[in-house]
Amino acid sequence: MANFETPEIKDPAHIPALKPGAMGHSLPYVAQEKFQAPLGFPGELADDWKDVAIEKLGALLKTNRGLRVFMDSCVKCGACTDKCHYFLGTSDPRNMPVARQDLLRGVYRRYFTLPGKYFPKLVGATDLTEEVLDQWYSYFHQCSECRRCSVYCPYGIDTAEITMATREIMNAVGKGQKYSNEIIGKVFKIGNNLGLPQPALEDTLLGLEEDVKDDTGVDVRFPLDEKGAEVLVVTPSADFFAEPHVDGLIGYAKVFHAAGVSWTLSSHASEAANFGLFIGSPENMKAIAMRIREAALELGVKRIIFGECGHAWRVAYSFLNTLAGPFDFLDPRYPVPQHICEFTNDLIERGVLTLNKSANDHRRLTFHDSCNVARASRMGDTPGGQFTIPRAIIKAVCNHFYDMAPDTIGEATYCCGGGGGLLTDDLIELRVKGALPRMSALKEVVEDHGVTHMAAICAICKSQFAKVLPYYGFQMDQIVSVHQLVSDAIVLDGQH
Amino acid sequence: MFVTVLFALIFYVAIAIFVVGLGMRIVAYARAPAPLKIPTTPAPTTRAGVVRRMATEVFLFNSLFKANKWIWLFGILFHVGLALVLLRHLRYFLEPVPTWVVLIQPFGLYAAFAMVIGLVGLAIRRVAVERIRYISSPSDHLMLGLFLAIALTGLSMTYLWHTDISAVKLFFLGLPRFEFNPLPLQPMLLLHLLLVAGLMIIFPFSKLLHAPGVFFSPTRNQVDNPREKRHVAKVKWMVASERPAGNGDK
Repeated sequence: MANFETPEIKDPAHIPALKPGAMGHSLPYVAQEKFQAPLGFPGELADDWKDVAIEKLGALLKTNRGLRVFMDSCVKCGACTDKCHYFLGTSDPRNMPVARQDLLRGVYRRYFTLPGKYFPKLVGATDLTEEVLDQWYSYFHQCSECRRCSVYCPYGIDTAEITMATREIMNAVGKGQKYSNEIIGKVFKIGNNLGLPQPALEDTLLGLEEDVKDDTGVDVRFPLDEKGAEVLVVTPSADFFAEPHVDGLIGYAKVFHAAGVSWTLSSHASEAANFGLFIGSPENMKAIAMRIREAALELGVKRIIFGECGHAWRVAYSFLNTLAGPFDFLDPRYPVPQHICEFTNDLIERGVLTLNKSANDHRRLTFHDSCNVARASRMGDTPGGQFTIPRAIIKAVCNHFYDMAPDTIGEATYCCGGGGGLLTDDLIELRVKGALPRMSALKEVVEDHGVTHMAAICAICKSQFAKVLPYYGFQMDQIVSVHQLVSDAIVLDGQH
Repeated sequence: MFVTVLFALIFYVAIAIFVVGLGMRIVAYARAPAPLKIPTTPAPTTRAGVVRRMATEVFLFNSLFKANKWIWLFGILFHVGLALVLLRHLRYFLEPVPTWVVLIQPFGLYAAFAMVIGLVGLAIRRVAVERIRYISSPSDHLMLGLFLAIALTGLSMTYLWHTDISAVKLFFLGLPRFEFNPLPLQPMLLLHLLLVAGLMIIFPFSKLLHAPGVFFSPTRNQVDNPREKRHVAKVKWMVASERPAGNGDK
């Protein structure tokens, strides 16, 4: 498989010389009709696809102010050109955010602006051709919608919005991406990204109860579909079995147990992820989000708490109220929804949890800020809570914590390289190369502070790092869940 | 007299295109709904906070400062220079001249040099930095050239070939009343005015739309309060499937 070279670790912000076309061959599998149909998209390119595409772009311009403004505002100042992890890792100039945007902007200018109609060469306007569509398909699947470029743009142009719009246009003409669309189909059909049906889920959770009992001697419950529970927990389905995700789920269960708060998972909404975001399809995003509302109503819960998942937290925090609200049937004393880190941190601050920090003394930790949490959401009451709260938890349960370089964390954090619907093996070269800036930053703290593990609060980050860490000479188990650390440090009543 | 009438007509057309074209764009921006909350976080949680954030963007180029110190330096030299020069030019359009315009006059003169330094810096980077050269279209180079030509023709009238500025002022004061007072037939002046009119004409169709655009940018102008206040916009996909709360839904 690996017919490419893993990039050499350098300074995280090292700017490579341009290699035009270096990643032009990167293409995810195209969705067949059976994966397109459940989402309401055509199965293949029709003869009039160009008209459909232009019409769709026109409709999006009228219904999305961000896209409308971003198409016009770019002055090509170059501020974003060295900010994308995929550019830094691949050297392909089309992975500079502005160059990626220009693949759509050129078409916008050609069909929707006067200078583009009459002087296309002068303003970089391009006809929509099959070649352009192929470029869209390649390079708009080399953007993880991480929004790092939007931090630095003087007009706040967010390439993620442009990527989402272009993917929506591609879906409208029948050129969808298999990975994302197949997964959304599974959510509609079975309830989660992994296609884990209710009985399998129940089995898994019973198994976890036994594991925790063996481990601690305490009956920690993993309830499923329990009506009348106080809290509905919605978590990425990777938490049900993948490492290190499942150790995080065990952490949540122990925290609820210690706090004495009743909770339940739902088989109807057994997935926090919402890939409708990735493909820029508000209809699908809304349909996926509605399951959570339905589950909350059916189970009669009073609160909704999300597990560790980056883009899910974006959809939950920023969009859920819009997509599936109002949530006036829930307890108004708590924000809707809450993040599991907010819940745990509150318990820590109130001194409810008994924690033995030395249980984590065999680890020296750093923390990877996940892009969607960092730049598209918040935790707690004050801006930046999404950075301080997870760190406060880690510092409460570990003695050794070291941040990576300041320009690689917080709002400047680098994407793991696998977000935005790119966490698929057909894009492994892109994923490995896109991880370069994060790997370089990690290498620094490993060398300077003897860091042994990197914690994260995102299922995609965890899966991506487990896969790409070995390419850079690390071990796959060096990525851990934040609530895995909590799980190891927490001391339950009656624990042996 | 022919030149005077011609320039009067050019300016009527330029002003009309500028005002109507820009107005239509602003209406289009304002009308397009922002369906979801997408502020780039950490973001302010109050309206007042958003005003502060926007002010740091508009007056200090805060995000650009984080991104690249060179582009920021040349960019701010150019924009602050341009702003002062424009304000200084009010003395040619207002009678009597307001005191504050008189007071900024000395700064306005230096500002022209700041503007030129900024423009030259940006132009050099556009050619010399491989990444920026790659993303530049001919129009991007020409835009810098246009501003530079406007600045240099203006400076030439201050320092080399003086023009009868009171005649110029009478020309512009006459325009609103359709009185065509004679414009001095000085080549630099005519070139300067022609370029400015050209700039006004292309403004609503060019990247200069970043000026109104920044105020409408949802990543910068939205309040980060989606949990506290339900954000609802009138878009088809939202409204079409909107279901009332709490009635079983399924």
